[in-house]
Amino acid sequence: MRLLVSDLTHRYDDLTVLDGIDLTLAEGEILAVIGPSGCGKSTLLGIAGGIVAPTSGSIRVEGEVPDGCLNPITFIFQDFALLPWRTVEDNIALVLEHHRLSTAERRERVDSGLRRMGLSEFRNALPKQLSGGMRQRVGIARALAVRPAMLLLDEPLSALDAQTRELLMDDFLELWRREKTTALYVTHNLDEALRLADRVCVLSRRPGRIRELVTIEEPRERRQEPSAQAHLAEVRDRLWHLMKAEAQMADREIARA
Amino acid sequence: MPDSLNPKVAPAAAIGEPVRFRGGGFTVKRHSWAALAAFALLIAVWEGASRLGLASPLFLPPPSAVGHALAGMVTDGSLWLNLKASLARIAVGWVMGTAGGMLVGFAMGIFSTARAVGVPLVSAFFPIPKIALLPLFILWFGIGEPSKFATIGFGVFFPTVIATYSAIDSVPRNLIRMAQSFGLPWRSILRSIVLPGALPGILAGFRITASIALILVVAAEMIGAEYGIGAFVLMAGNLMQTDTLLAGVLVLSLLGLAIGTVLSQLERRLLNWR
Repeated sequence: MRLLVSDLTHRYDDLTVLDGIDLTLAEGEILAVIGPSGCGKSTLLGIAGGIVAPTSGSIRVEGEVPDGCLNPITFIFQDFALLPWRTVEDNIALVLEHHRLSTAERRERVDSGLRRMGLSEFRNALPKQLSGGMRQRVGIARALAVRPAMLLLDEPLSALDAQTRELLMDDFLELWRREKTTALYVTHNLDEALRLADRVCVLSRRPGRIRELVTIEEPRERRQEPSAQAHLAEVRDRLWHLMKAEAQMADREIARA
Repeated sequence: MPDSLNPKVAPAAAIGEPVRFRGGGFTVKRHSWAALAAFALLIAVWEGASRLGLASPLFLPPPSAVGHALAGMVTDGSLWLNLKASLARIAVGWVMGTAGGMLVGFAMGIFSTARAVGVPLVSAFFPIPKIALLPLFILWFGIGEPSKFATIGFGVFFPTVIATYSAIDSVPRNLIRMAQSFGLPWRSILRSIVLPGALPGILAGFRITASIALILVVAAEMIGAEYGIGAFVLMAGNLMQTDTLLAGVLVLSLLGLAIGTVLSQLERRLLNWR
């Protein structure tokens, strides 16, 4: 599925957070969106997922929805958004409840999500009994259960510690190796963008505008190899150069506000 | 830094010495026997004061006399007779007030129009001491049970409304957005997220309304009832039977304790996910 964003602007009262965003997300592409705090990254994602109404501009999807897809555009949240009163398996089943599915298919969707995220032995656990990493794996399993055509990831690893983040990045890589799901990945972490994305969109400080779109030439599977490091370092420098000035200015503007 | 600016603070350890522990205190320790001991001491002092003639047994009968009176209430059946009457009033009044309050509270929690209309009304009626309305309710419904149900129900209704809509407000919005992003229909969101998410707040409200119901049943029974713990206590007072009076008060205290325990169990059962 492709995503087409054209001339998108969003205001909260008289605060403009997104200003004239034009963006195209190709089929199977992973686009990371980075930018300083308050630049409208999450708002962009909310608009793409239809849970925030844009002030002006348009956002459209094109292409085909794969078989068995129940919710084409699906979120993975920073705070996991799990129901604390439901077990792991019931949290996943929640998003299937309003669909007409056979009992067997319902089971299969829940079970395969649990299996792929290594959660089978925790299926009856409550979220409070799980580590942050495991909670996010439940979030991922829940997203996979609806067989999404596009994933919207809102800083999915920001609430986790560095080691867990590494492990989950591997999980994402594995997921994209198998599924090739189009994804919009919002983060403020350059390492995540460099590990996972095909292109990186750098947003300016508020009001968020596109500063630059940077393509990472090295294929995702080879980025851990020594030969890739020179190119990645170069991209990293470029991204950091773009972000640094914006972040500094954003910092000062927030301090003044 | 010059020495004059450096305040003299004891270091954690002198050079060459083991580090001195300084992290004690400011924590809560369990003393399981302390509460029991305090009760025993209170009862002993009270009994002693009475036996030594320091307190008149007419105005402050000793615990043994109160116990004796309570035993008498059990054997002559007056305990059950009066308790039954009070419990029935609490049950009917509380259920009516809670059902109505939750209905209105949910409406106010979910629909902005209902809230816009409801909040000022609730704010206006909530502060009225409900017992003041009993005479009016007696005129409307007669001296019998309905006026007592109405007083208790009315007293329970407003706190339930407030607890319910505040509980709905405190349901995390991110969970609702999550459900919407997965396309869950409105009714599913209500059933699967809003209702369970509001449960802790609603149960906390039950605690408040249960104690309100207990206060109101006693007050209503003192104004006009043949049976009921409130009527029983008032009657004992009129007859200067202070031991019986205090036995009635003890029953009320135990009743409050029992209701609290039931609610705690309910919370533990229903909110084990917290």
